[in-house]
Amino acid sequence: MENPILDFLYLICIVLFIIGLKNLSHPESAKKGNFLSASGMILAIIITLFYPMEGASNNYLVIIAGVIVGSVIGYLAAKRVKMTAMPELVSLFNGLGGACSMLIAFVEFNNLPEGANLMSGNVLTIIFAMFIGSISFTGSIIAWGKLNGALRDNLVLPAPQFVNGILLLAVIGFSIFIMMQPELNFTWVIILLVLSLVYGVTFVTPIGGGDMPVVISLLNSFTGIAAAIAGLIYGNQVMIVGGIVVGASGTILTILMCNAMNRSLLNVIIGGFGSGGKSAGTDREQVVKEASLGDTAIQLKYSSKVMIVPGYGLAVAQAQHTCHELEKSLEAEGVEVKYAIHPVAGRMPGHMNVLLAEADVSYDKLLELEPANEEFKSTDMVLVIGANDVVNPAAKEDAGSPIYGMPILDVEQAGTVIVLKRSMNPGYAGIENPLFFGEKTKMLFGDAKDSLGKLKNELSNA
Amino acid sequence: MEYITQFIYENITMIYILIFAIFLGMEVISKVPTVLHTPLMSGANAISGVVIIGAIILIRQAEPNDYFILSIGFLGIALATINVVGGFAVTDRMLDMFKKKKK
Repeated sequence: MENPILDFLYLICIVLFIIGLKNLSHPESAKKGNFLSASGMILAIIITLFYPMEGASNNYLVIIAGVIVGSVIGYLAAKRVKMTAMPELVSLFNGLGGACSMLIAFVEFNNLPEGANLMSGNVLTIIFAMFIGSISFTGSIIAWGKLNGALRDNLVLPAPQFVNGILLLAVIGFSIFIMMQPELNFTWVIILLVLSLVYGVTFVTPIGGGDMPVVISLLNSFTGIAAAIAGLIYGNQVMIVGGIVVGASGTILTILMCNAMNRSLLNVIIGGFGSGGKSAGTDREQVVKEASLGDTAIQLKYSSKVMIVPGYGLAVAQAQHTCHELEKSLEAEGVEVKYAIHPVAGRMPGHMNVLLAEADVSYDKLLELEPANEEFKSTDMVLVIGANDVVNPAAKEDAGSPIYGMPILDVEQAGTVIVLKRSMNPGYAGIENPLFFGEKTKMLFGDAKDSLGKLKNELSNA
Repeated sequence: MEYITQFIYENITMIYILIFAIFLGMEVISKVPTVLHTPLMSGANAISGVVIIGAIILIRQAEPNDYFILSIGFLGIALATINVVGGFAVTDRMLDMFKKKKK
């Protein structure tokens, strides 16, 4: 039975999902986007409850009971979780969605009419929904366990790629085997289910704890795909489009996340570990992360306190005026901006003070070494503009360094450090700066004046 | 094999929708600032709970005395609802971080 009005309302749900996702990808509209998607979901649920169905016995009591139980648990979990535990909660939620697809597919096997031909698109769809739903379920549970510490970060099964390959082949082979049977034997279905669940475990286990956000995003797109395939079983457009859009955009998001970490998706899945290298403080991973203008501008805008560390590069680029303008734009956004002046920043004592005074930077914004170091802990972002040796942690850590013992500005205490620099060339002292390879550090390459001007423009767009 | 082709024939509109939705999904989020990666993932995750629709259809079509389907369906609805409600709620909390602090 069909109902044109309800079918049209289904379309509105789909549009709400898509506009919601679009809005979610921009900070200004993200909250609205989340609200729109949620409204789409509520509308879709209501429509489905009242969609006319031939001979349906409805069983509304069971549905309402399930929705109430799920809502209470989901709402309480979301409200009570600590900010830091949010990613693992998302992973857990995602696993439950996958489990639902798996359960639906399992029941649909049971619902196949007696003596139905198994070599059909219908059976293939059900197998797919069950397989992908299962991976998403157990995989997310493993990711959840790794993130909250219940499972060891570096837990590895022997020869993971080999085991995964064998399991995947087994699932495919077994699916074909089931489809070739003259009639359905439910034991085979259960074996297929177990194989799929195990594959989810072995798929995620070899991946290191640091890469878990990427894996969760990938599993999230799996859940979307599973929902879409389950939608094919019922010929339901909302499930198909909603699921696939999440599946595809989730895949894009996964790739974006990999790019942000300077890794490839394949590298994350096969390469195993993104978590090592923390044991020795000096043994930093020698990979430089590059910041993008857009990201930096948005991050600046939503910081509450930004500290600028000027150096010789600011003087060379004559960027003091542009720097002051950026400072004014940030203050207009409600961000507190201060300058941390190292005594030997630039090529002479007081070089920076003179330069900034020339640009009308208010004197009370300039902090000297010690007060600045006290403030970095409460600072969200540090912009290092053309300074190098005065922020080099080697002065504290590396006894062999020529600048060992020099007091430095301890920028690594702050949340994020953006280093504006023309190239990776070392500073005046001619030594490498481990700060640039630090976990919190991102590099914004280019002429300081140029970059600051662009940041200011991005700020008005962000 | 003819069953497969028959399936395609019967579901051709759905397959069209599916393919177009793939392209739509790839275009809808092209440029996302890093700070929004986690909230966006979380919001998309809540949308993937759309599988709850399937669970509702499943239960509505079940016989009132088929306790096997009803109990699995109940579990499915409860799990999917946790995904949906919890997903949207936690995304909302994450996004509160972006509220401009009042001076």
